[in-house]
Amino acid sequence: MTAAALVACHDCDLLQRLGEVPEGATALCPRCGGVLRRRRRNSVERTLALTYAASVLFVVANAFPFLGFDMQGRETQTTLFTGVIDLWNQGVQEIAVLVAFTAVLAPLLQLSLLLYVLMPVHLGFVPWKMAPAFRLLRHVQPWSMMEVFLVGILVAVTKLQDMASVVPGLALWAFAGLIVVLAGATASLDPEAVWQRLEARR
Amino acid sequence: MTGAAPGTALAASCAVCHDCGLLSRLRGHAAARCSRCGAGLHARKPRSLERTWAFVIAACLCYLPANLLPIMRVTSLGRGEADTILSGVEYLLTHGMWPLALVVFTASIFVPILKITILVSLLVSVQRRSSWRPRERTRMYRLTEAIGRWSMVDIFVVTILVALVRLGNLATVEAMPGAVFFGAVVVLTMLAAESFDPRLIWDRSEARGI
Repeated sequence: MTAAALVACHDCDLLQRLGEVPEGATALCPRCGGVLRRRRRNSVERTLALTYAASVLFVVANAFPFLGFDMQGRETQTTLFTGVIDLWNQGVQEIAVLVAFTAVLAPLLQLSLLLYVLMPVHLGFVPWKMAPAFRLLRHVQPWSMMEVFLVGILVAVTKLQDMASVVPGLALWAFAGLIVVLAGATASLDPEAVWQRLEARR
Repeated sequence: MTGAAPGTALAASCAVCHDCGLLSRLRGHAAARCSRCGAGLHARKPRSLERTWAFVIAACLCYLPANLLPIMRVTSLGRGEADTILSGVEYLLTHGMWPLALVVFTASIFVPILKITILVSLLVSVQRRSSWRPRERTRMYRLTEAIGRWSMVDIFVVTILVALVRLGNLATVEAMPGAVFFGAVVVLTMLAAESFDPRLIWDRSEARGI
């Protein structure tokens, strides 16, 4: 980046000159306090590493049952997706679609897009249709709600306590780890750095 | 780190890209695209106030059925009981799980009301060209954007209960129409927050010379 690039605040439109932001620092708009740039050390590599870890945990979290439920000797087990299927069969398809999207598909899309964009960028080339993919990531992110889902699990399990015993499954631990790792990936991503690498290679 | 520059991007006929943050010069009225990422360029989100109002009003319409209709029915040993959002909180309270009751109350009742109130007051203040505390109003907007997702907790609770408790005659949980309206409130308020353009807050206060 040149000495002081002209930028405008996303939240209040104030035009200003922004000098080099040191690694690990965040530049705020002096007028409204909005974030102008959050620069991270090794942003691409760190995000990529955390995304690899998250992808493994995502597969485990979805492939194995995350809760077992034991009531008077009768047992049920559930994976993330069985809830969605049950909702669909009960006739509340709107909710089934909403849950499938926010708890499974949006996180899956988020991880895939991160891998699709960051792997090639890290290796030094620009993937096909990178700009639309990276833009889509920005729009998918707000709808990926796994941490909210985890709170939902906590509430549901507490409610069931008097009724029966709930057994945490393997996927639950993977799920908890996934949330931490994905939050780390999101926090270490500096989109501006990715866009700059794209521009430099074009 | 930041040097003073006169005015706003709009005043300099520039626009910041919504998707990648690159500043571009706007030329004429043709549909401009960002040279870096290809997103459509707009100085302000198009029809921001109309769209935000539409989503907020729709959210308000769904709000009542979301809270009055049961979101699920728990049938245990032949006895059925319908739960609304509020009775779910009440259940947690009477069973001594008040920290959890507080979490659910905040996420399901307080947050949606707070979001709708903040969005309506932002819309009204922008339309009345208010110059009152733009910095604080911008902060309120950021808060709305950040907390909206947490209202989904109750929808997820219903999903998990439905998936876990399906033991035929012994115990079942069924999702009810209230959940659909509640989900609609969450989605509509998130879309409303996304459609609102916080720069409008500053446009109006600048018009008065502040």
